[in-house]
Order: sequence, then C-alpha cells, then structure tokens
Amino acid sequence: MPAIEPEAIVGSRITNQSLSRWLHSLPGVDKVGLEARVASLSTRSIKTTSKAWGLDMAIKMMDLTTLEGADTKERVRSLCLKAITPDPMDLSTPQPAAICVYGDMVVHAKEALGKNKIYVAAVATAFPSGRASLQVKLADTKDAVKAGADEIDMVIDRGAFLSGNYLEVYKQIVAVKEVCQRKDGNHAHLKVILETGELETYDNIRRASYLAMLAGADFIKTSTGKVSVNATLPITMLMLQAVKDWYDTTKIQIGVKPAGGIRTAKDALKYLVVVKETAGDKWLTPKYFRFGASSLLNDVLMQRQKLTTGNYSGRDYVSVD
Amino acid sequence: MRLEIKKTYKLFIGGKFPRSESGRIYKVNNHKGDFLANVAKASRKDVRDSVVVARSAQSGWAGASAYNRGQVLYRIAEMLEGRREQFVAEIRELTGKSEKQANQEVDNAIDSWVWHAGWTDKIESVAGNMNPVAGPFFNISTNQPTGVVAAFAPQDSALVGLVNTIAPAIVSGNSVIVVTSESLPLAAVTLAEVLETSDLPGGVVNILTGNAKELGSWLASHMDVNAIDLEGISNAAELEMLAAETLKRVIRPGTYSRSAAKGALQHILDFMEIKTVWHPKGN
Repeated sequence: MPAIEPEAIVGSRITNQSLSRWLHSLPGVDKVGLEARVASLSTRSIKTTSKAWGLDMAIKMMDLTTLEGADTKERVRSLCLKAITPDPMDLSTPQPAAICVYGDMVVHAKEALGKNKIYVAAVATAFPSGRASLQVKLADTKDAVKAGADEIDMVIDRGAFLSGNYLEVYKQIVAVKEVCQRKDGNHAHLKVILETGELETYDNIRRASYLAMLAGADFIKTSTGKVSVNATLPITMLMLQAVKDWYDTTKIQIGVKPAGGIRTAKDALKYLVVVKETAGDKWLTPKYFRFGASSLLNDVLMQRQKLTTGNYSGRDYVSVD
Repeated sequence: MRLEIKKTYKLFIGGKFPRSESGRIYKVNNHKGDFLANVAKASRKDVRDSVVVARSAQSGWAGASAYNRGQVLYRIAEMLEGRREQFVAEIRELTGKSEKQANQEVDNAIDSWVWHAGWTDKIESVAGNMNPVAGPFFNISTNQPTGVVAAFAPQDSALVGLVNTIAPAIVSGNSVIVVTSESLPLAAVTLAEVLETSDLPGGVVNILTGNAKELGSWLASHMDVNAIDLEGISNAAELEMLAAETLKRVIRPGTYSRSAAKGALQHILDFMEIKTVWHPKGN
C-alpha cells in the first residue's frame, strides 16, 4: 500500500491555513441530489439468493458492540460467545468481523475469543466526547493497543473542527496513529469517528472525511452511537464517495463504518446497495466496510432463519443480549 | 351538485391505517350482489408487520393494571354505542338483515364488550388458586396472558363474531392479530376506527381484511405467535399441524359461540398460561 504524502496532496507545508484552504476548496455537497439518490437506491428490492448473500455479508461486516457504562467482564464474555456462535441452531451462520468494546474490556474479549478469527476493536481517546488532553487520549489508546486491541476507534475533537482548528484535529489523528504501531511492525487499524451528528452540515462531513484520510485513518466511521443523530444513509453515501475519490487519486483504499441506529436487516441491505452503487465491489468486504451495531445481529439472524426454514422467526429463537 | 366522498377501507396495524403492503384490494358486494366497496387485501408481509407490532405492544398491555384494562375495554363499548347507526347500516347492507335484527347484533356486540370488560380484574379471583401443599409454603397458581394471539373471525358474521373473537384474547393482556370475514369486512374497518379512538394502545389489536386461507399458514407457522384461534378457517386441521410445530395454543372451529351477548370464561382462559409460585411462609 503506498504511503500518504500529505504535503503533496495539500500542495504545501501542513499548516492550519493550508489545511483550511484545501478543505474549503472541496466541492460543496448537493444535499437534494444526495438524498434523492439514496431514496431511490433504498427502494431496490433484494430477494432470494441475493438476500441470503446480503444477510451473511452483513453479519461478516458487523462490529458487534457493547459500549455501556454498565458493561462487565461477564457481559463482554457473553457477547464474545455470541460472536463465536451467532445462531446455535444453524452452525453455517458466519461470524461477525469484530467485537467492539471499551479499552479496559479488551483483555476479557481477547480471552473469550481465543483462537477465533474475530478482531477486537477498542474505542479510545476519551470516547465518546473526546474531551481530554492529547496526553490522556494517547495514554488511553496505548493502553488498549497494549491489551491486544486489533483495531482502535478514536473520536475526533469536534470542538476544534467546528471552530476551524483543522490542524489540531489533524495532529491528534496523526499522534494516535503513531501509538497504534506495535513493536513487531504490525499496527492496530485506526478507525476515525467523525461524529457526523455533531458536524451540522454535509459539507463539514465531507471535509472531516478528507481530513481524517489525510491524517492516515484506515477507516472513517460515522458516529459514536451516543448522540441523537447517528448513522444515516445519505451520510454513509457521502463518506463512501469520499473514500472512492480518495482511492482514485491516491490508490489508497480506506474503509467506511456506519454505526448507531442500524437495527434491522432491511436497513443493513439498503446500506449494502449504497456501498455497491457508490464505491463499488471493492468495498463489499469486511476489510473495507463495517456495521457498528448491537441489536442488528438478532434481526439478521431472524431473517436468516426465515430464509432457511420458510417460517417467520421470533425473538424467542435468538439469544437475549 | 357535489360528489360523495367514498371511504377507503384499509388495514389496522399498530394503531395506524395502512394500505396493504402488496397494494392489493378486492371487491366487496352487498347482499344483493351489487358492488359496495374496494377493501385492502392483506398479504403475508402485512402479517409479518402485524406480528412485530403486536409483540412489541403486548408487554405494555399485559403490564397495565387489570382495572385499567377494564376501563379501556369499557370505553370501547361506549364508543361502539356512539357509532351504532353506522354499524347497523353496514350490517344491513352486507347481510340483508332487517333493522331489528341488525340492531340486535349491535346490541350483542356492545353487551359482549361490557361482559368481557368486567372480567379483567376478576379472572384471578375465579381461576387463580391457593393450592394446599404438604409443607410450610404458600403455593399460588396465577393466570398469565400467553402473548401474541392470531385469530380468524367467523366468516358469517359482520360484527358480533369479530367482537367475540377479539375481546376474549385481549381481556387478559394478550395482543391479537385478527383476520376478518372475507365477504363481510366493512364493519371490521369501522370497529378499527372505534378501537383507535378508545385509549387502546396501538398494536394490541391488529385487523387484517383479506383471505383467511391465504394468510392462515403464515400465522400458524409464525414462530413469534403463541396462540391461534381457527374459528373462521376452512382448512383448520392443516393449520393445527403447523401450529403444533411451535407448540401454539389452538382453538378449533366451533368450540365457542360467537354470536351471543356474552362470551365464555374458558375462552378467555384458553389464551392464558398458569404460573405456579412457591413461597415460604415460616413454621
């Protein structure tokens, strides 16, 4: 994978002015066009074998998440067991991509997952608000990386972004990316959460996406799931356009992760249609597209059971979480 | 001269009046065979949506106090009384009954609601029990609602049969998906309007118009339905076998009268599960 050369992309030394000039020279988002395009893609009907493929892909792309203040070691362990065997009545059910937990739960998740090829993602950098000094954010990240997290979900400093201090946001992402490195040469994949619900406009979301990609994000993620507006289809489409354009110019492929508010299999299939039609087949893989979700899995499992047995399923037939 | 505004007869799902997801409608004729109205023809997707909302509404309805449920059911009777003329007109148009006979049917429907409303807070006293056991325990059997009920209203009744199918299911705190008589559905849609304005939480009663046989197997095989009332079904034996796969409570056609001004306690209890609790009482 080619390395990013931020200065070549921005066209000058990285300063707040040059970043600002670069970000504000991005084309504005056509709000009406974007929403109309998403609405038309949402009406597409996915049936039979395509639906079966889509449901399995949705599970494979899932970051099964528990991010509650009340999380315990036991709760994380039971979530991990669910990831290992999502549907005990049908062992052909694929496993989700990752378990997403708070940093202090990484150890327990790692232990419970054992040799299974399910990644552990940790939220870091004073998630969900991101209101802490850089020192604390880095310590938070290091702690999770040291505990064995395969992926780090960091939040950007929305306050700095909204007040136009792009350099600060950029520097923080770069600094976090550095501490994601391990001594053995591997690095924890960095997902940058833009918290789109707090960025107010589509134009800002586009700018934040580019800023995160410039700073070296492996993934850009919509939301923390902790604010009132979470992932939506138009926002996801906008971010998919950004990663596609980024790939076309730099040959660096970056992933997208919508998170929060995706609860039904029907929603998940709509997202997959948008991925296919916006970014293309290259993104239809868990390596470059993820769902951050907690209750989505059960709904997908019920739909899956409907496809395999022919009978509509119910909540009594999936595990409680 | 003005054009008369015709009513669109729609389904009743989750407290709302949607058209069928399939977009289908079917013709309903009056007793003389003349065209009367186009009515929504429910599909299996409407069945699926109804079960989802019925399930989510059920715990709230079961959790309401028995007194409160009684009040709500009584309120439905009040509202039925207020719409009497409309029901009488619809019954007469559909079945060709005389005004007196139609009024009698509405009377029975209202009286049956009141009869059922009275039972909400009395079921426990009559059907629950303190069991004598050989040990220092209180041993109490109580009746709990079974959950989501699917029901097929009798095909030969426009109103009272429907009322005597819905009421026994919801008295104890179940939610219900009811498929109406295919040829006599108009009063059912009017009943839905009554329910909608009666403080009944959305999703507790869901009314589907259409072909019972077409929808039957989807409801009987649905894993999230706990009991099924096969009164208005022609292929009952077949559905009974499907229902057995998921251990549903089943009421066979003809078990209870659906035309009287009152129901039967056993009909209510058929949609309940007995829970027995042991509690230490000291010495």
